[in-house]
Amino acid sequence: MPRTWKIGLVVGTLPAVAAAMAMLGLGPPPIASGVQLPDLVALASGRFQYRPGGDFTRDGKPATAPIVAAITQPLEMMRHQVTVGEYSRCVDAGACRRGDGTSAADVPMVKISWWDAAAYAAWLSRSTGMAFRLPSDEEWVYAAGSRFGDAEGAPELDSRDPGRRALDRYERETAIRTRSDPEPQPVGHFGANEHGLLDIAGNVWEWTDSCFARGIIDARGEPSTVTVDCGVRVVEGRHRTYLTDFIRDARAGGCTAGLPPSNLGFRLVLDEDWRLRLRGLADRVRRALTGRSI
Amino acid sequence: MISRRTAISGGAALAGLTALIAKRVFADDLMLPRQKIALVAPPFVHPHEQSTTEGPKIMEFRLVTEEKEIVIDDDGTKLRSMNFNGSIPGPMMVVHEGDYVEVTLVNPATNTMPHNIDFHAATGALGGGDLTLISPGEQVVFRFKATRTGVFVYHCIPGGPMIPWHIASGMSGAIMVLPRDGLKDAAGKPLHYDRVYYIGESDFYVPRDRSGKFISYASHADAFFDTLDTMRRLVPSHVVFNGRVGALTGEHALKARVGETVLIVHSQADRDSRAHLIGGHGDYVWETGKFANPPETGIETWFIRAGSAAAALYTFLEPGIYPYVNHRMIEAVEFGATAHFKVEGPWNNDLMAQVKAPAPIPATDVTASIPGR
Repeated sequence: MPRTWKIGLVVGTLPAVAAAMAMLGLGPPPIASGVQLPDLVALASGRFQYRPGGDFTRDGKPATAPIVAAITQPLEMMRHQVTVGEYSRCVDAGACRRGDGTSAADVPMVKISWWDAAAYAAWLSRSTGMAFRLPSDEEWVYAAGSRFGDAEGAPELDSRDPGRRALDRYERETAIRTRSDPEPQPVGHFGANEHGLLDIAGNVWEWTDSCFARGIIDARGEPSTVTVDCGVRVVEGRHRTYLTDFIRDARAGGCTAGLPPSNLGFRLVLDEDWRLRLRGLADRVRRALTGRSI
Repeated sequence: MISRRTAISGGAALAGLTALIAKRVFADDLMLPRQKIALVAPPFVHPHEQSTTEGPKIMEFRLVTEEKEIVIDDDGTKLRSMNFNGSIPGPMMVVHEGDYVEVTLVNPATNTMPHNIDFHAATGALGGGDLTLISPGEQVVFRFKATRTGVFVYHCIPGGPMIPWHIASGMSGAIMVLPRDGLKDAAGKPLHYDRVYYIGESDFYVPRDRSGKFISYASHADAFFDTLDTMRRLVPSHVVFNGRVGALTGEHALKARVGETVLIVHSQADRDSRAHLIGGHGDYVWETGKFANPPETGIETWFIRAGSAAAALYTFLEPGIYPYVNHRMIEAVEFGATAHFKVEGPWNNDLMAQVKAPAPIPATDVTASIPGR
């Protein structure tokens, strides 16, 4: 039985929240004026194949992490990356750092550090009474679905040949990353994936909440984490990479091993809190009332 | 350690290559003596033999990365520095050609960022950068064979804008790989030194506020963006030897005696420099720093390319103070790139004399000296 890599959240759908709250006689969450709830996509619970991020060793030598079976709980994720327009409201509220871009409002906000994204999540959560946060790497990979670029899926090479390993990784990353214009494009430019999420693995990479991890692979081939470095976070896009949390522009070049992301942006997921738990209840109530599953 | 079993399976995986190549690729299980070196802070260099009759060894070094706020001038300007072994530059390592350099790189848990090391003396894997990237709380051991002689830079190379920032914050040093039979001039005559000093030049980019005052920051992360912005303009706020203005002057001046031969190793990991000893010369200068090339002789100023080290041998002939500068004098005087040699010994009046002390210009000379008369 493969071990489950990580458990996500239990959430329902937004309409269900309203339904549940209406039924329970509760008002809507206190949303600050001028703040709109983001367009969220509900993802059902799912089992998927996941290659743990980070660096792994086997018998003390660098090794490729194996793919493990992972399960996420139902999840709600922003349909599109946080835009310049959305981010500007956080700036206007004095809760986010002012960016230096002059892009149109419907373009993803880029030159974002992990700290910038965290500040936005905190502001949006305060403003909406909901608990928004960055997705974990596992959640992002699950949500990305067929758009996930597994640049680490190199065949097991002799671990004493660092040159071959570097070449292999470089070639895979180059293949995944097409030669597109790095200029951020309006929301929807890169289309939707099978979950309806827009612009996944376009030319804007997304911060996750997962820390860089170093682990070992045991004799049975099972990976486990030994150390984490939360000064470095996992960044996802056309390929997975790891960046120091205060970096805003990995495009600045000189990244001598591996290709840097074209742009750094983010999208958030809804975290579980007491209001969200109501959604599950609302789902059950609605199922009981309508006699069908959603 | 890499086991013999892995070596055999590695050879098998390369079926089709000759056994010779497999053996070369995986040359390992070194049956060589080991020598542990205690590094010392620059400008000094750990004790070493200038030539050796012994065979190659595994030379063990320990380099500890450090993120630390330091003061870089007499005005108290603060820099969120990064360094190897607590000093800027990092300590100079000395080995002989054919030795194996085995480095334990340490990133203490008190640091906040990943670090690694690229040795310009090493071959492959980004000079070791690809094999040594470690997070706070980790260490790594890696080894390279010193196949080329000369003085070489090493520096941190953690990727993207971290690379120039870490280097311009102090993360560089030098290694000297000596020919096993020592230094020689163009004719093959052995050259020796009585002292060796290691001067590491750094360009720092401390941001200023609107009133022009240098800004100090609460953390390295806080300093990053302004510093990168300052760096991108390519105008340093400071150009210094050994980590701060005046690090090698006054009570820290470099000492020598008349008749002594001094080897000056000068590295610059990020920016060009022009080394000049005011009042002296470079008797033998390896401007590109590589001992397989014959040294130039009787040099006035030698160029140090960004990302390289140079070596200059000089025998002091007169006592006194010799400023050692980056001869872009604006940088030497206004930005800090000045060191001093204090040289004791007897004056040689043949080489130089003040024939007449300063005095008023005699009237006849005044008339004679006016152009057009």
